[in-house]
Amino acid sequence: MSSAARTDEGAQRVASAAPQRRVPVLHVHNVGVRFGDAQVLDDVSFDLDEGQFLAIVGPNGAGKSTLVKVALGLLRPQRGHAALFGRDAGDVPERIGYVPQLKTFDRTFPATAVELVVTGLRRSWPARPSRRERDQAHAALAQVGAETLVDRPLSRLSGGELQRVYLARAVAREPAFVLLDEPATGVDYLAEHDLYDLLERYQARTGATVAMVTHDLAAARYHASRVLVLNRRVFGFGLPDDVLCDACLQEAYGHVGHSHVPHTHRHALR
Amino acid sequence: MSGLEDLIQVLAFPFMQRAAAAGAMIAVMCALLGVFVVQRRLSFLGDGLAHAAFGGMGIGAFVIVSSGALAQGGALLRNPLWVAVPFALLTGLGIAWVRDRTELSSDTAIGVFFAVSVALGVLFFSRIPPDVNIGVNVMDLLFGSILAVRTTELTIIAVVAVIATTLLLALWGRLAYATFDDELARTDGVRSRLLEYLLFGLAAVVITVSATVVGIILMAAYLVIPAAAARIWARSMASMTLFAVLIGVSTTLAGVALSYLFDLPTGSAIILTQALVFVVAAFTQRR
Repeated sequence: MSSAARTDEGAQRVASAAPQRRVPVLHVHNVGVRFGDAQVLDDVSFDLDEGQFLAIVGPNGAGKSTLVKVALGLLRPQRGHAALFGRDAGDVPERIGYVPQLKTFDRTFPATAVELVVTGLRRSWPARPSRRERDQAHAALAQVGAETLVDRPLSRLSGGELQRVYLARAVAREPAFVLLDEPATGVDYLAEHDLYDLLERYQARTGATVAMVTHDLAAARYHASRVLVLNRRVFGFGLPDDVLCDACLQEAYGHVGHSHVPHTHRHALR
Repeated sequence: MSGLEDLIQVLAFPFMQRAAAAGAMIAVMCALLGVFVVQRRLSFLGDGLAHAAFGGMGIGAFVIVSSGALAQGGALLRNPLWVAVPFALLTGLGIAWVRDRTELSSDTAIGVFFAVSVALGVLFFSRIPPDVNIGVNVMDLLFGSILAVRTTELTIIAVVAVIATTLLLALWGRLAYATFDDELARTDGVRSRLLEYLLFGLAAVVITVSATVVGIILMAAYLVIPAAAARIWARSMASMTLFAVLIGVSTTLAGVALSYLFDLPTGSAIILTQALVFVVAAFTQRR
């Protein structure tokens, strides 16, 4: 069974259990963001329902990370609004697990893996994690296959190891929504494959909703149940097979000067 | 007489006790601030705010002389710190505001305020008639006079130390989180922008009060060297903080004692002792 079919089935199960008005996990309505003269997002709207796995794709400078910031409440749009679970993101931090881009990571900061994971539990930096926090962090690290990294300094971790620790941090408090901003940047193919595997297992176990920014169109097609093609505005939102078509991608990627969709991506999508 | 006996005898003098107490309190405050300053790559902040203290002291001295408070007020009222602290606080918040609202880097923002503060300090000190004794020696202000610290100054330092240490320890977890990753901390409800303003404001007050004793030129070292040496040895932010405090306090006490025993300038003796620890840390760093 494909990932799309599996997660849709999960979403339907949830819907039948709760027949009242269903609040989308992520609601984005007419969002417009402008930095100076540059329109970064323009009239972006979509709803992401419970149990879905969304891949947000688009060329560099398409506004993907800006959209993530709007969704997380880190950036207030000039137009429109975004809501998580029907509320401002700032009101529901305990329900969100966020994995930022690894390239923002500061390797000079003295920290161990367990300390970073504990930030996901107590929402501040631990001076000394308690026994209970250490156990919970250890369980989260074990969940992502990184239990051997517990006391390793973050500065000594490879890109793939760091990615696992960040993911452990994000899922430590078992959030209902996991949001990842280009988590596969700087990691090799196997680590990227492991990441999708871990996310799918987490989703299958908890029924959580996942949204991820990625440049990997083939991975988006294979793993996601919904795809958002973005380049300042929405060029497509829906099932991967419907949205990741040559015409749609040609239109979206062509807007930032690409004359054509990269050959490798076209090949992967056929 | 042995070195230890010398040291015990030295610490029996009240002026040495005041110097050691002031130095230790300044070391604690600066170390607690320093770990965040170093990890946020704001090492130039110490210099910038210390020079803001110079500007503030100049304005404060001028205000005291021109308002007639010199002749009428008590010792506390005649202290230019009443003007210097708010001035440095505004400077610290101004630097944070420029960082927040423009695309300028921290060192550029600090550099602008640094230059303006020095210019204001020179301008206002130059407007004070040379025959008026304002109780502020510009050379002491620049290079420090920790052995000459008086009870009034010690009291001011103690009050600031209690407030700054309490605040920094209470906010340590959130400050450390925002220092590690501002965006990640904000998604967890940490008000990192407010914390940054608070950090800059606290640094301004601590540095101004400390600079009058340690000296403006040497102030930045207090903020940076113990934290930098601690960073080399530490594996966690908590151990870095603890090491920075221990290094700051121990090098200050050692520096005060060495300066007396070998007749050295006290500020220099403290900073060079800190530097020695830093060199040892750098050579013993595990790769």
